[in-house]
Amino acid sequence: MTINPDLQGRSYPAAEVYDVGREKIREFARAVKATHPAHFDVEAAKALGHSDLVAPPTFAIIIAQRADAQLIEDPDAGIDFTRVVHADQRFIHHRPIFAGDRLVAELHVDGVRAMGGGAMITTRQEIFALAADDSRESVATTTSSILVRGEGQ
Amino acid sequence: MSPTFSELSAGQDIGSRTVEVSRTDLVKYAGASGDFNPIHWNEAFATGVELPGVIAHGMFTMGAAVQLVTDWAGDPAAVVDFQTRFTKPVLVTDTTGTTEPGATIEVSGAIGKLDAEAGTARVDLTVVAAGQKVLMKAQAVVRLS
Repeated sequence: MTINPDLQGRSYPAAEVYDVGREKIREFARAVKATHPAHFDVEAAKALGHSDLVAPPTFAIIIAQRADAQLIEDPDAGIDFTRVVHADQRFIHHRPIFAGDRLVAELHVDGVRAMGGGAMITTRQEIFALAADDSRESVATTTSSILVRGEGQ
Repeated sequence: MSPTFSELSAGQDIGSRTVEVSRTDLVKYAGASGDFNPIHWNEAFATGVELPGVIAHGMFTMGAAVQLVTDWAGDPAAVVDFQTRFTKPVLVTDTTGTTEPGATIEVSGAIGKLDAEAGTARVDLTVVAAGQKVLMKAQAVVRLS
Protein backbone atom coordinates (compact mmCIF):
# COMPACT_ATOMS: atom_id res chain seq x y z
CA MET A 1 0.00 0.00 0.00
CA THR A 2 1.40 3.42 -0.80
CA ILE A 3 0.43 6.74 0.67
CA ASN A 4 -1.24 9.16 -1.69
CA PRO A 5 1.15 12.17 -1.91
CA ASP A 6 -1.74 14.43 -2.96
CA LEU A 7 -3.13 14.28 0.59
CA GLN A 8 -1.02 17.28 1.60
CA GLY A 9 -3.14 20.41 1.87
CA ARG A 10 -6.38 18.48 1.96
CA SER A 11 -8.94 19.37 4.62
CA TYR A 12 -12.10 17.78 5.91
CA PRO A 13 -14.84 20.05 7.25
CA ALA A 14 -16.29 19.64 10.74
CA ALA A 15 -18.58 16.63 10.73
CA GLU A 16 -20.46 15.20 13.69
CA VAL A 17 -20.84 17.07 16.99
CA TYR A 18 -19.10 15.60 20.02
CA ASP A 19 -21.08 16.17 23.24
CA VAL A 20 -18.71 16.26 26.22
CA GLY A 21 -20.35 14.38 29.09
CA ARG A 22 -19.38 14.35 32.75
CA GLU A 23 -19.11 10.57 32.83
CA LYS A 24 -16.84 10.61 29.77
CA ILE A 25 -14.54 13.12 31.48
CA ARG A 26 -14.48 10.89 34.58
CA GLU A 27 -13.87 7.75 32.50
CA PHE A 28 -11.06 9.35 30.50
CA ALA A 29 -9.50 10.81 33.66
CA ARG A 30 -9.50 7.38 35.33
CA ALA A 31 -8.02 5.83 32.15
CA VAL A 32 -5.00 8.19 32.29
CA LYS A 33 -4.77 7.68 36.06
CA ALA A 34 -5.70 11.27 36.85
CA THR A 35 -6.93 12.01 40.35
CA HIS A 36 -7.48 15.78 40.31
CA PRO A 37 -10.94 16.50 41.81
CA ALA A 38 -11.79 19.01 39.05
CA HIS A 39 -12.21 16.00 36.70
CA PHE A 40 -14.63 14.21 39.03
CA ASP A 41 -16.42 16.58 41.39
CA VAL A 42 -18.53 19.43 39.98
CA GLU A 43 -18.28 21.40 43.24
CA ALA A 44 -14.47 21.11 43.19
CA ALA A 45 -14.42 22.37 39.59
CA LYS A 46 -16.72 25.27 40.49
CA ALA A 47 -14.50 26.14 43.47
CA LEU A 48 -11.72 26.74 40.92
CA GLY A 49 -14.01 29.09 38.98
CA HIS A 50 -15.06 26.64 36.26
CA SER A 51 -18.57 26.13 34.93
CA ASP A 52 -18.43 22.32 35.15
CA LEU A 53 -16.00 19.38 35.23
CA VAL A 54 -12.69 20.14 33.49
CA ALA A 55 -11.40 17.63 30.94
CA PRO A 56 -7.82 16.35 31.34
CA PRO A 57 -5.22 18.12 29.13
CA THR A 58 -5.15 15.29 26.56
CA PHE A 59 -8.94 14.72 26.38
CA ALA A 60 -9.10 16.50 23.00
CA ILE A 61 -7.37 13.47 21.48
CA ILE A 62 -10.80 11.79 21.36
CA ILE A 63 -12.15 14.51 19.08
CA ALA A 64 -8.86 14.81 17.15
CA GLN A 65 -8.66 11.08 16.42
CA ARG A 66 -12.32 11.01 15.35
CA ALA A 67 -11.45 13.73 12.87
CA ASP A 68 -8.32 11.83 11.79
CA ALA A 69 -10.44 8.73 11.15
CA GLN A 70 -11.94 10.54 8.16
CA LEU A 71 -8.48 10.55 6.60
CA ILE A 72 -7.32 7.13 7.78
CA GLU A 73 -10.53 5.46 6.60
CA ASP A 74 -10.51 7.34 3.29
CA PRO A 75 -9.72 4.57 0.75
CA ASP A 76 -8.08 7.19 -1.42
CA ALA A 77 -5.47 7.92 1.30
CA GLY A 78 -3.84 4.46 1.20
CA ILE A 79 -3.18 4.29 4.96
CA ASP A 80 -2.97 0.88 6.70
CA PHE A 81 -4.12 1.71 10.25
CA THR A 82 -2.43 -1.40 11.67
CA ARG A 83 0.95 -0.02 10.57
CA VAL A 84 0.37 3.42 12.09
CA VAL A 85 2.65 4.56 14.91
CA HIS A 86 2.09 7.87 16.68
CA ALA A 87 5.21 10.03 16.26
CA ASP A 88 4.34 13.30 17.96
CA GLN A 89 1.42 15.17 19.44
CA ARG A 90 0.63 18.69 20.60
CA PHE A 91 -2.38 20.30 22.28
CA ILE A 92 -2.77 24.06 22.32
CA HIS A 93 -5.72 24.98 24.52
CA HIS A 94 -7.36 28.30 23.72
CA ARG A 95 -9.66 27.54 26.63
CA PRO A 96 -10.25 24.41 28.74
CA ILE A 97 -12.79 21.78 27.66
CA PHE A 98 -15.72 21.49 30.08
CA ALA A 99 -18.55 19.01 30.52
CA GLY A 100 -21.49 20.29 28.50
CA ASP A 101 -19.35 21.51 25.59
CA ARG A 102 -20.55 20.62 22.09
CA LEU A 103 -17.41 20.27 20.00
CA VAL A 104 -16.65 19.96 16.31
CA ALA A 105 -13.29 19.51 14.60
CA GLU A 106 -11.96 20.58 11.23
CA LEU A 107 -9.17 18.36 9.92
CA HIS A 108 -6.23 19.70 7.92
CA VAL A 109 -3.48 17.56 6.38
CA ASP A 110 -0.42 19.80 6.82
CA GLY A 111 2.33 17.45 5.66
CA VAL A 112 3.04 14.18 3.90
CA ARG A 113 6.64 13.01 3.70
CA ALA A 114 7.87 9.68 2.32
CA MET A 115 10.06 7.80 4.83
CA GLY A 116 11.61 4.53 3.71
CA GLY A 117 8.74 2.43 2.41
CA GLY A 118 6.28 4.39 4.56
CA ALA A 119 5.31 7.98 5.22
CA MET A 120 5.06 10.59 7.96
CA ILE A 121 1.72 12.39 7.89
CA THR A 122 1.11 15.55 9.92
CA THR A 123 -2.46 16.56 10.64
CA ARG A 124 -3.99 19.49 12.50
CA GLN A 125 -7.40 19.58 14.08
CA GLU A 126 -9.08 22.90 14.82
CA ILE A 127 -11.60 22.22 17.58
CA PHE A 128 -14.51 24.58 18.17
CA ALA A 129 -17.32 24.70 20.70
CA LEU A 130 -20.79 25.37 19.32
CA ALA A 131 -22.94 27.90 21.15
CA ALA A 132 -26.74 27.64 21.37
CA ASP A 133 -27.01 29.76 18.21
CA ASP A 134 -24.43 27.45 16.49
CA SER A 135 -21.74 30.17 16.50
CA ARG A 136 -18.21 28.80 17.00
CA GLU A 137 -15.68 29.47 19.73
CA SER A 138 -12.11 28.26 19.20
CA VAL A 139 -11.26 25.75 21.96
CA ALA A 140 -8.12 23.89 20.93
CA THR A 141 -5.66 23.33 18.12
CA THR A 142 -4.18 19.85 18.10
CA THR A 143 -1.44 18.60 15.81
CA SER A 144 -0.16 15.10 15.37
CA SER A 145 2.28 13.22 13.22
CA ILE A 146 1.77 9.58 12.46
CA LEU A 147 4.30 7.28 10.91
CA VAL A 148 2.82 4.71 8.58
CA ARG A 149 5.48 2.00 8.63
CA GLY A 150 6.45 0.39 5.36
CA GLU A 151 7.15 -3.37 5.17
CA GLY A 152 10.14 -4.31 7.34
CA GLN A 153 10.08 -1.00 9.27
CA MET B 1 -1.86 25.28 46.88
CA SER B 2 -1.02 26.47 43.40
CA PRO B 3 2.53 27.62 42.77
CA THR B 4 3.06 31.38 42.44
CA PHE B 5 4.93 32.57 39.37
CA SER B 6 7.27 34.90 41.29
CA GLU B 7 8.46 32.03 43.49
CA LEU B 8 9.57 29.85 40.57
CA SER B 9 12.97 29.60 38.95
CA ALA B 10 14.26 27.73 35.91
CA GLY B 11 15.65 24.33 36.74
CA GLN B 12 13.40 23.92 39.77
CA ASP B 13 12.20 20.37 40.35
CA ILE B 14 8.41 19.88 40.46
CA GLY B 15 8.50 16.28 41.67
CA SER B 16 8.05 12.81 40.28
CA ARG B 17 5.44 10.12 39.83
CA THR B 18 5.50 6.40 39.10
CA VAL B 19 2.80 4.96 36.85
CA GLU B 20 2.26 1.21 36.81
CA VAL B 21 0.64 -0.11 33.66
CA SER B 22 -1.15 -3.39 33.01
CA ARG B 23 -2.78 -4.83 29.89
CA THR B 24 -6.12 -4.05 31.58
CA ASP B 25 -5.13 -0.38 31.77
CA LEU B 26 -4.55 -0.40 28.00
CA VAL B 27 -7.98 -1.91 27.37
CA LYS B 28 -9.51 0.77 29.61
CA TYR B 29 -7.62 3.49 27.77
CA ALA B 30 -8.74 2.03 24.44
CA GLY B 31 -12.35 2.21 25.58
CA ALA B 32 -12.06 5.69 27.07
CA SER B 33 -10.25 7.17 24.07
CA GLY B 34 -11.83 5.22 21.23
CA ASP B 35 -8.40 4.08 19.97
CA PHE B 36 -8.93 0.35 19.43
CA ASN B 37 -5.79 -0.34 17.38
CA PRO B 38 -5.12 -4.04 18.23
CA ILE B 39 -1.37 -3.41 18.66
CA HIS B 40 -2.37 -2.09 22.11
CA TRP B 41 -4.17 -5.21 23.32
CA ASN B 42 -3.55 -8.22 21.03
CA GLU B 43 -0.13 -9.91 21.35
CA ALA B 44 -0.44 -12.04 18.21
CA PHE B 45 -1.52 -9.04 16.21
CA ALA B 46 1.29 -6.85 17.56
CA THR B 47 4.03 -9.38 16.82
CA GLY B 48 2.43 -10.03 13.43
CA VAL B 49 3.10 -6.41 12.45
CA GLU B 50 6.74 -6.67 13.58
CA LEU B 51 6.36 -5.06 17.01
CA PRO B 52 8.11 -6.68 19.99
CA GLY B 53 4.73 -7.22 21.71
CA VAL B 54 1.74 -5.25 22.96
CA ILE B 55 2.71 -1.60 23.39
CA ALA B 56 0.97 1.18 25.32
CA HIS B 57 -0.85 3.87 23.38
CA GLY B 58 1.54 6.82 23.11
CA MET B 59 -1.43 8.90 24.21
CA PHE B 60 -1.80 6.79 27.36
CA THR B 61 1.78 7.60 28.33
CA MET B 62 1.39 11.28 27.41
CA GLY B 63 -1.91 11.54 29.30
CA ALA B 64 -0.59 9.79 32.39
CA ALA B 65 2.62 11.85 32.42
CA VAL B 66 0.86 15.23 32.46
CA GLN B 67 -0.90 14.41 35.74
CA LEU B 68 2.31 15.36 37.51
CA VAL B 69 1.93 18.86 36.02
CA THR B 70 -1.82 19.07 36.63
CA ASP B 71 -1.45 18.17 40.30
CA TRP B 72 1.48 20.57 40.75
CA ALA B 73 -0.41 23.41 39.04
CA GLY B 74 -3.49 22.80 41.21
CA ASP B 75 -5.89 23.21 38.28
CA PRO B 76 -5.97 21.06 35.11
CA ALA B 77 -7.21 24.12 33.17
CA ALA B 78 -3.82 25.80 33.77
CA VAL B 79 -2.14 23.54 31.17
CA VAL B 80 -2.43 25.69 28.03
CA ASP B 81 0.01 23.83 25.78
CA PHE B 82 1.33 20.27 25.96
CA GLN B 83 3.45 18.48 23.42
CA THR B 84 5.73 15.50 23.02
CA ARG B 85 7.49 13.21 20.62
CA PHE B 86 7.07 9.48 21.06
CA THR B 87 10.55 8.02 20.72
CA LYS B 88 10.35 4.49 22.13
CA PRO B 89 7.34 2.21 22.54
CA VAL B 90 6.39 1.17 26.09
CA LEU B 91 6.22 -2.62 25.98
CA VAL B 92 3.52 -3.91 28.35
CA THR B 93 3.94 -7.57 29.25
CA ASP B 94 1.04 -9.85 30.11
CA THR B 95 1.00 -10.19 33.91
CA THR B 96 -2.59 -11.45 34.12
CA GLY B 97 -3.18 -13.33 37.36
CA THR B 98 -0.28 -11.67 39.18
CA THR B 99 0.03 -8.39 41.04
CA GLU B 100 3.04 -7.35 38.95
CA PRO B 101 2.69 -4.39 36.56
CA GLY B 102 3.24 -5.05 32.86
CA ALA B 103 5.37 -1.90 32.67
CA THR B 104 6.44 0.89 34.98
CA ILE B 105 6.72 4.47 33.77
CA GLU B 106 8.75 6.98 35.78
CA VAL B 107 7.80 10.63 35.31
CA SER B 108 9.73 13.60 36.66
CA GLY B 109 9.48 17.29 35.88
CA ALA B 110 11.45 20.50 36.17
CA ILE B 111 10.83 24.12 35.20
CA GLY B 112 12.38 24.56 31.76
CA LYS B 113 11.58 28.20 31.11
CA LEU B 114 9.61 31.07 32.62
CA ASP B 115 7.81 33.70 30.55
CA ALA B 116 7.07 36.67 32.82
CA GLU B 117 5.11 38.55 30.14
CA ALA B 118 2.72 35.66 29.50
CA GLY B 119 2.75 34.53 33.14
CA THR B 120 3.57 30.99 32.05
CA ALA B 121 6.03 28.33 33.11
CA ARG B 122 7.22 25.56 30.81
CA VAL B 123 7.59 22.26 32.60
CA ASP B 124 9.94 19.78 30.96
CA LEU B 125 9.03 16.17 31.68
CA THR B 126 11.39 13.23 31.72
CA VAL B 127 9.50 10.00 31.07
CA VAL B 128 11.34 6.70 31.33
CA ALA B 129 10.28 3.06 30.98
CA ALA B 130 12.60 0.03 31.10
CA GLY B 131 15.59 2.38 31.41
CA GLN B 132 14.82 4.28 28.20
CA LYS B 133 13.36 7.72 27.59
CA VAL B 134 10.03 7.02 25.91
CA LEU B 135 8.99 10.65 25.39
CA MET B 136 11.22 13.42 24.08
CA LYS B 137 10.58 17.15 24.22
CA ALA B 138 7.67 16.48 26.57
CA GLN B 139 6.81 20.05 27.49
CA ALA B 140 3.76 21.45 29.26
CA VAL B 141 3.14 25.19 29.42
CA VAL B 142 1.27 26.20 32.56
CA ARG B 143 -0.44 29.54 33.16
CA LEU B 144 0.09 30.74 36.71
CA SER B 145 -1.22 33.61 38.75
